[in-house]
Amino acid sequence: MNDPDAGGAGRSWAETAPLSAVALRVNDEVRRLEVDPRTSLLDALREHLHLSGTKKGCDHGQCGACTVLINGRRVNSCLTLAVMHEDDEIVTIEGLGDLDSLHAMQRSFVERDGFQCGYCTPGQICSAVGMLAEVGAGWPSHATADVASPRIALTDEEIRERMSGNICRCAAYPNIVAAIRAVAKAGTQ
Amino acid sequence: MIGQPLDRIDGPLKVTGQAIYAYEHWEPGQPLYGVIVGATVGKGRITRIDTDSAEHAPGVRMVMTHRNAPEQGARDESVPMEYWRAQPVLTSPDIHYHGEPVALVVAETLEQARAAAALVHVEYAAGRGRFDFAAYEDEAYAPKEANGGFPTDTEVGDFDTGFSTADVRIDQRYTTPYELSMPMELHACLVQPRGEDLIVYVSCQIVDAALASIASTLRIDPARIYIITPFVGGGFGSKLGIHAETILAAIAARALREPVKVALTRQQIFQLVGMRPTSSQRVRLGAGRDGRLVAVAHDVTMATNPDIEFAEQTAATTRSLYAAPHRLTTHRLTPLDLPRGADVRAPGEAPGLLAVESAMDELADALGIDPVELRIRNEPAVDPESGVPFSDRHLVECLREGARRFGWEHRPTTPASMREGRWLVGYGMAAAIRKHFQGQATVRVRLEADGTAVVQTDMTDIGTGTYTILTQVAADGLGLPPERVRIELGRSELPTSWGSGGSWGAANSSTATHRACVAVREKLLVTACGDTGSPLHGLDPAEAVFAEGSVRIGGADEALSEILARNHPDGVQAEGETRFMGDDPNYAAYSIHTYGAHFAEVGVDADTAEIRLRRMLGVFSVGRVLNPKTTRSQLIGGMIWGVGAALQEEAVVDLRSGAFVNRDLAQYLMPVHADIPDVDAVVLDGYDDKANVLGMKGVGELGICGAGPAIANAVFNATGVRVRDFPITLEKVLPGLPLMDT
Ligand code: FES
Ligand code: FES
Repeated sequence: MNDPDAGGAGRSWAETAPLSAVALRVNDEVRRLEVDPRTSLLDALREHLHLSGTKKGCDHGQCGACTVLINGRRVNSCLTLAVMHEDDEIVTIEGLGDLDSLHAMQRSFVERDGFQCGYCTPGQICSAVGMLAEVGAGWPSHATADVASPRIALTDEEIRERMSGNICRCAAYPNIVAAIRAVAKAGTQ
Repeated sequence: MIGQPLDRIDGPLKVTGQAIYAYEHWEPGQPLYGVIVGATVGKGRITRIDTDSAEHAPGVRMVMTHRNAPEQGARDESVPMEYWRAQPVLTSPDIHYHGEPVALVVAETLEQARAAAALVHVEYAAGRGRFDFAAYEDEAYAPKEANGGFPTDTEVGDFDTGFSTADVRIDQRYTTPYELSMPMELHACLVQPRGEDLIVYVSCQIVDAALASIASTLRIDPARIYIITPFVGGGFGSKLGIHAETILAAIAARALREPVKVALTRQQIFQLVGMRPTSSQRVRLGAGRDGRLVAVAHDVTMATNPDIEFAEQTAATTRSLYAAPHRLTTHRLTPLDLPRGADVRAPGEAPGLLAVESAMDELADALGIDPVELRIRNEPAVDPESGVPFSDRHLVECLREGARRFGWEHRPTTPASMREGRWLVGYGMAAAIRKHFQGQATVRVRLEADGTAVVQTDMTDIGTGTYTILTQVAADGLGLPPERVRIELGRSELPTSWGSGGSWGAANSSTATHRACVAVREKLLVTACGDTGSPLHGLDPAEAVFAEGSVRIGGADEALSEILARNHPDGVQAEGETRFMGDDPNYAAYSIHTYGAHFAEVGVDADTAEIRLRRMLGVFSVGRVLNPKTTRSQLIGGMIWGVGAALQEEAVVDLRSGAFVNRDLAQYLMPVHADIPDVDAVVLDGYDDKANVLGMKGVGELGICGAGPAIANAVFNATGVRVRDFPITLEKVLPGLPLMDT
């Protein structure tokens, strides 16, 4: 790291870092960016693409507000750099559904009041969509009674365990679980 | 519409990511980014600060420290409420608490600002700080009054005699930790200079307070400041006022003549926005063998910042809770060199009821009386200290209904006697009470010529449901379908209110909205009934019914749009107002509170003492409910805060440096999904005609009140171990666990 007292008029390593070109595929659109290599995917979405539906709650992988889907898997976008995602398929809350056609999970959150302030909500919803896919693929969790079983029963405990990376300070948890449960039920009928 | 479980009006915006929070506005164009550098000592003085490297780092536009920060207005205690006062920063080299801002770095990108912030080199002469509450607890002083305007001390009867002659006595000390609001949206502010004006996008609960605070700190005319805050990602007290992010963004934007935005990091939120101070509470209860209390004392000592006094009203709630002829409550403060104390959701009740409702459980146990029954036996006929009647008290109904629904009769009467496999199972309960406050609010309602209504106020929606309930109130008030009502909130040019806080926002703004609608209706009726062209001409306006976009009087009716077209081509508008409670005689003549009863079942691992909440129910009485869906959400949210307070939340001070050592979300534990099983809230039908014209009261904080002690009491019932030092973590329970054969 740079030593500020070591002369060189405080020229930091940052100055020598050139901008990096990256093409992100966000919500089915290719977006070409020139970003500082230090730019997190979260900041690229929010500050460069103005897709502010993806939220920053901690910037350290501790709250889940920044959850997006990358190639179908949920990822904390604050913990990964934008330049690492050339060619990856990124879906944010804006890509799941819009005001005219809500995604089933979005609609279910509205109906069950799965939020209050709404700040953790995009992360909860992206996480819930990714989580259901993980369960569908048979990935076990700490709450799975039989990890050898190819089919995982989506109990409330499963939902809660798998959603625990998404903090809601408004504590809409019971309603979030109800919203996810309703979508899962509808999907299996 | 009132009373209907309408889905949140702003719900679709929130679930699609279209609700825009403070840091996310792009109307001003590309902003500069500010990053705050905090002190790394808890007390002392800056001896050297070298900003040269940072200033020369790429993209940096400004480095501000106490040496070059502009002169700011001083915090003025003659301004009655803290949140309206100036909040100067970077005023001197003195460090008052760990993390205090020492510099702001502004650069073209966030990455550049963050990197340059790391280059600001600060040297300190560390002083000897007072950080250890326990060490200085005995040096506490009596504040002039407690937060919320409550008297510091109260005394009724002769406590000492009453207590010493009681048949059964409980005398225990309870401690509660530093706790933080921790809204999920980071505290953030974006300021755009426009000529001499400042457009301020800020995450705050009270627009009027933010405006006054910025104006007096920057010493500019409040008329030059425009606050915009359509969505706030949670507040819970920490956004009642504005903090360093807002002042520094405003100063930098003014100096640089460009938009600047600053967000606190999650770690800085542990240092810069206030906290619930730690408390030590002595509770003494003296009762007869029949369980009737003869003496109640609640003596509270809490920490305070030495410069910005905050006396949480922790004993105040005890004054209205149970009957007893001899009573005593006191508040004392110990100054420590820690961040300021401030309102955190349910200030007073949250820590106070942890102590008092635990003590009541101890009394029930000592007497061998059921805890629900004990509370019913101590139900007062009038407010036990002020002697005034209750406006609408239904605590006993909440207790009975909760016990019935929860299956309280299955509670093991002997602690540590119910076991399910590895789990020791216990039930606990506690009462909930919270004073209902009323504050100023003005709302303008305009009925447009096309028959749609616009409701305008600077009130905020911090997740509380303001958009939704005001829609319902206005729809009812004007007889319109909710789609024809539009709500505009969170802008300083709109009529002012005291915002969201103290659970008063809903009632203040709804009542004012209702009054504005009544005034609009009157204007319409005067013209319609006086208009020979109207079918309503000459009819009695007192008989008018507004429904489905029409006005009906007896058998005649006319569409609003026609009345408007003929008589009010520009629409009709009126304002409605809610007064501060100090100017409303009902608030002196009656004891106005909300009530509830919490019931919890926990399992405690017989070997590890791991505590798991298994289910929880709250039954509440809050007057009239405007929207059962959003009300339940608020109450459940509060109850879950109680779970955090009972079992998890604690900001831990490093006694050498005064730093909160666990200042992030991985180490400051708050409830997550897996911690929260089945939690439900039920609200009794009600109407408090003394509170306001709508009969409603606040619900935002009631859910926490008593939720924590219900869990604490369940842990005791499960294990026989009474932990009086919150939060109840497993290492405090483990040594006392009964030995069992497995
Ligand atoms: S912002 Fe990424 S996990 Fe919190
Ligand atoms: S809805 Fe506010 S944090 Fe989850």
